[in-house]
Amino acid sequence: MTTTVLKEPVRGDTPGAARDPRRTGRTRRTALPYLLLLPALVFELLVHLVPMVIGTLMSFRSITRFTLRDWNNAPWNGLRNFRVAVDFDAPAGEALLRSFLVTIGFTLCSVALCWALGTAAAVFMQDTFRGRGLLRALFLVPYALPVYAAVITWVFMFQHDNGLVNHVLHDQLHLTDKPSFWLIGDNSFYALLTVSVWKGWPFAFLIVMAGLQNIPRELYEAAALDGAGMWQQVRRITLPSLRPVNQVLILVLFLWTFNDFNTPYVLFGRAAPEAADLVSVHIYQTTFLTWDFGTGSAMSVLLLLFLLVVTGGYLLLTSRGRRAGNG
Amino acid sequence: MAPPRSFLWSRRIFLTLLTGFVLVPVYVMVSSSLKPLADVTDKFRWLPSELTIRPYIDIWSTVPLARYFVNSLIVAGSATVCSVVIAVFAAYAVSRYDFRGKRVFTVTVLSTQMFPGILFLLPLFLIYINIGNATGIALFGSRGGLILTYLTFSLPFSIWMLIGYFDSVPRDLDEAALVDGCGPLGALFRIVVPAAIPGIVAVAVYAFMTAWGEVLFASVMTTDTTRTLAVGLQGYSTLYDVYWNQIMAASLVVSVPVVAGFLLLQRYLVTGLTAGAVK
Repeated sequence: MTTTVLKEPVRGDTPGAARDPRRTGRTRRTALPYLLLLPALVFELLVHLVPMVIGTLMSFRSITRFTLRDWNNAPWNGLRNFRVAVDFDAPAGEALLRSFLVTIGFTLCSVALCWALGTAAAVFMQDTFRGRGLLRALFLVPYALPVYAAVITWVFMFQHDNGLVNHVLHDQLHLTDKPSFWLIGDNSFYALLTVSVWKGWPFAFLIVMAGLQNIPRELYEAAALDGAGMWQQVRRITLPSLRPVNQVLILVLFLWTFNDFNTPYVLFGRAAPEAADLVSVHIYQTTFLTWDFGTGSAMSVLLLLFLLVVTGGYLLLTSRGRRAGNG
Repeated sequence: MAPPRSFLWSRRIFLTLLTGFVLVPVYVMVSSSLKPLADVTDKFRWLPSELTIRPYIDIWSTVPLARYFVNSLIVAGSATVCSVVIAVFAAYAVSRYDFRGKRVFTVTVLSTQMFPGILFLLPLFLIYINIGNATGIALFGSRGGLILTYLTFSLPFSIWMLIGYFDSVPRDLDEAALVDGCGPLGALFRIVVPAAIPGIVAVAVYAFMTAWGEVLFASVMTTDTTRTLAVGLQGYSTLYDVYWNQIMAASLVVSVPVVAGFLLLQRYLVTGLTAGAVK
């Protein structure tokens, strides 16, 4: 996804791309592109833009289950919802801040692990060896499995009395004094992280594999002639060549992990334990379990602003880095 | 030049550990689905005390799994077809034409990908209810409403991937077709679409998988008759018992079609990603 961002400047850099005579021939005014875009525009409006506008409007109103049906006439609340959401001394704000920090910590750990596992697997499997095709198909299985089917299996494995994890850690390896709880309490953070990495790393593997196909073989041959060993080739050629791919990959992994709802929801049910209370689940809880729609909307708007700032900053940073690297 | 021993050993160890990590849940799913109930409610055991296919028979009557299956198939299938068709037109316009508002359009589509689904849940819920009240068209709780909702996830991704993919199809090809008297749509369907099949398949696979696996909207926006598999699987836990063997059997049954399809089409996915995303 998101990748064509990286393409835009590259396309601009190609000299004469915009002045190609055949292209300018096409710039004549015609309604056709708009007609082609029309269905996409209608649906984008319907499923994205209108809901976002409504969500933002709702964040300024006092919306409870009594005013929900007629939310348009709900009392105007000004910035009060936002103040509730960011008042870190009060329970709601404190919970949101904690949930936000948990989400950041969780996302950074998960992205780092997914990226590392995916890259290592792709690099190790760059050359052919026996069983490579089979292994490659196998590694994609966690990615292909429907979320609920995969996560529910992990729920079973994390069960206190009849789960595999406690059986192995306690009964077989004797690493713990007594069977631990994995889906409540502090351990839930590690449970969520494990599932998230298990489910997410194959995507990194897939993208890095695709990126490796673009590295010209001659580079390796030249390096080998110069006497560079396998490890040196990996460090000096493979990893640097993957930089543009990694920039996209890391952004995508960050956004997907940060926004993930399905995994914690299936793992913990409607209310996640504090240690694994991700923002999206937290907003769901505030909105649909405590029926505080106004505050829930304000939290959503804040989350949106945060994501915009992070993504914008990241894109600026990486494009500057690339320009510096090229020039 | 043969790789050095250190490289080979690291590779062997790393890939073995990773295979274990990947496979253990798959093994648990498969083996537990063949166990009698006592085996999954007592202490975990690696091997079943007796092999039974009973769970595979019972899953269909404990919950109306067949109905959920059909619902999921209709919803995910329609969402896939809609988003691919809409995205093909939009991506063709962006890739082949310069027009006013192009940047705004592309940036908007790009940014909608980064929003969490939770952001749209409540507003969409209200819109559907309002539309229902005003026009009598029942979007809330209907399959149509869910299909529309699933475009939220797949449409921006599909448009972006396809723009990248169409850009990689040489312009000369469809311009030659235009010169030969094809209309723009003729050029799209006779030249660009066939040349971009790997990208289109990749996008379709992605759209289908996201719709098939989605949980949040499915659990809020469906009723008894329109429930999808994502919600239906919860039916195997009752107040007294959790039928883990049936849950695992049902999970396996709902996973097999997508995993098989994905593995069959994964070559397209890698080519599609290379052209559409990575270049």
